[in-house]
Amino acid sequence: MLTAAIVAILITMFLALIRTFLGPTEYDRMLAANSFGTKTVLLIALGGHALSWNSFLDVALLYALVNFVGTIAVMRFFEYSNASEERDDPGTAA
Amino acid sequence: MTVILEWLSGLCLLLGGVLCISGGVGLLRMPDFFSRVHASGVTETLAAPLLLSGLLLQMELSLDSVKVIMILILVLATNPTATHAMAKATLHGGQRPLEFANGKDIGGDGSSKP
Amino acid sequence: MIAVAAILLSDLFAVVMLFGVYSLLTAALFMDLDAVDVAFTEAAVGAGVTTVLMLSSLHLTKRWEALPRRKPLLGLLVIGITGAALVYAVLDAPLLGDPTAPVHQHVTPRYLEQGAEEVGMPNLVTAVLASYRGYDTFGETVVIFTAGLAVLLLLGIHEDARMRPGVSAIGDQVVLRSVVKPLLPLILLFGLYVQFHGDFGAGGGFQAGVIFATAFVLYDLVFGDGSARAVVPPGWLHRLAALGVLIYGGVGVYSLLAGKAFLDYSALAADPVHGQHLGVLLVELGVGIAVFSVVLLIFYAFSGRSRRR
Repeated sequence: MLTAAIVAILITMFLALIRTFLGPTEYDRMLAANSFGTKTVLLIALGGHALSWNSFLDVALLYALVNFVGTIAVMRFFEYSNASEERDDPGTAA
Repeated sequence: MTVILEWLSGLCLLLGGVLCISGGVGLLRMPDFFSRVHASGVTETLAAPLLLSGLLLQMELSLDSVKVIMILILVLATNPTATHAMAKATLHGGQRPLEFANGKDIGGDGSSKP
Repeated sequence: MIAVAAILLSDLFAVVMLFGVYSLLTAALFMDLDAVDVAFTEAAVGAGVTTVLMLSSLHLTKRWEALPRRKPLLGLLVIGITGAALVYAVLDAPLLGDPTAPVHQHVTPRYLEQGAEEVGMPNLVTAVLASYRGYDTFGETVVIFTAGLAVLLLLGIHEDARMRPGVSAIGDQVVLRSVVKPLLPLILLFGLYVQFHGDFGAGGGFQAGVIFATAFVLYDLVFGDGSARAVVPPGWLHRLAALGVLIYGGVGVYSLLAGKAFLDYSALAADPVHGQHLGVLLVELGVGIAVFSVVLLIFYAFSGRSRRR
């Protein structure tokens, strides 16, 4: 069952990768990269247990964090590009 | 007792795996960014704790299991936040969800792609 | 495959994302080769810090890659020859894990067999890094410090007038702030854990420094530009970076003054194994402080510049 779950995660990672290549807008790519990152955390956690790696959980914990920080950084990047290019606020509700 | 735990763990892993794949398929097949965000965000945030609990039930109680619980809590806390932040940034950036009326789309700004 | 796509795409933003993914796969590969510490560092640096820094520099330059004006044939020739030479050299190398390889004959058995007694810590990687090959690690720390120095000289840290803590272009960010606020002390705690647990599991100074810096970078990203600057002013970081290198060098000089070789840790305490422990602790501390300050300084330098119109 563990192997089945690991295979499922690998398939999902591949699907997310396709979206990273395709994604017409950059927002799609950001979403797919974030998804890929979360799946990697799960892969390291499950795979590490199955293959008896050492200290794999530390790496998984670190990567969960890093993935989050990366996504926030990308969001900031968009925010600045948009704020400097369009002055009119499209009227978003909070 | 161990048999019940194994069963439970297998069930969690199975459910988690199915949710994972459905999230991935949703990422590919949904027509619009916002539906993709919804698909991947919701399924991932549920699949991760399921998979990790499945893993937890298979390990014996030790420092490792505490770390798995920490990863679980971290993913549970950060994944929805990241999803929210992404959707908000996209909305602020000018994308709009596709609108359908009578089966034909009247709005949207071309962010629909297979 | 990902590398090829990264080269072919001209949308630089997509390239940055792909690089993050690539770093991740490399980290997984390292895990598979049983090199956990390297995987750790690769995940922290390659997927985290580098992505953030590349995005900051993207903000300063153009988003799309400029097409080259003429075909770089000379460059292609140089790369072709170098690549061929490398492949030819690799063909001669012994297979991975070959027991008769020269690298496994002399030094490695000594490390593996006597490392536990001489240095006294379960994590052999840290033992080799900090004790047996302490000079190399000292060199690495100085290199990191020099890199920070170079960035400071080239870019400098400017205070952009538009930067105010707490201001964000997107508007209300209640969700992000309330989630990140309790997360930050946990990240710092994790960094401390990685720093001091490096003797037993994966970890050590480099990884811990990067994790510490990541916490501050997150704070800066979420709470508005300039927030991290209000908490840790650049002046402190200048001194901290120097302090890190100084701690490392100081341990070495102390050993010299105590009558032994440079960075010979047995001069630090009465019992040689104790001395090793103490030495590794101090040295990793120095590395951690230096890495933390340099990474944060580089982040300040990049994020402080705004696009010149």
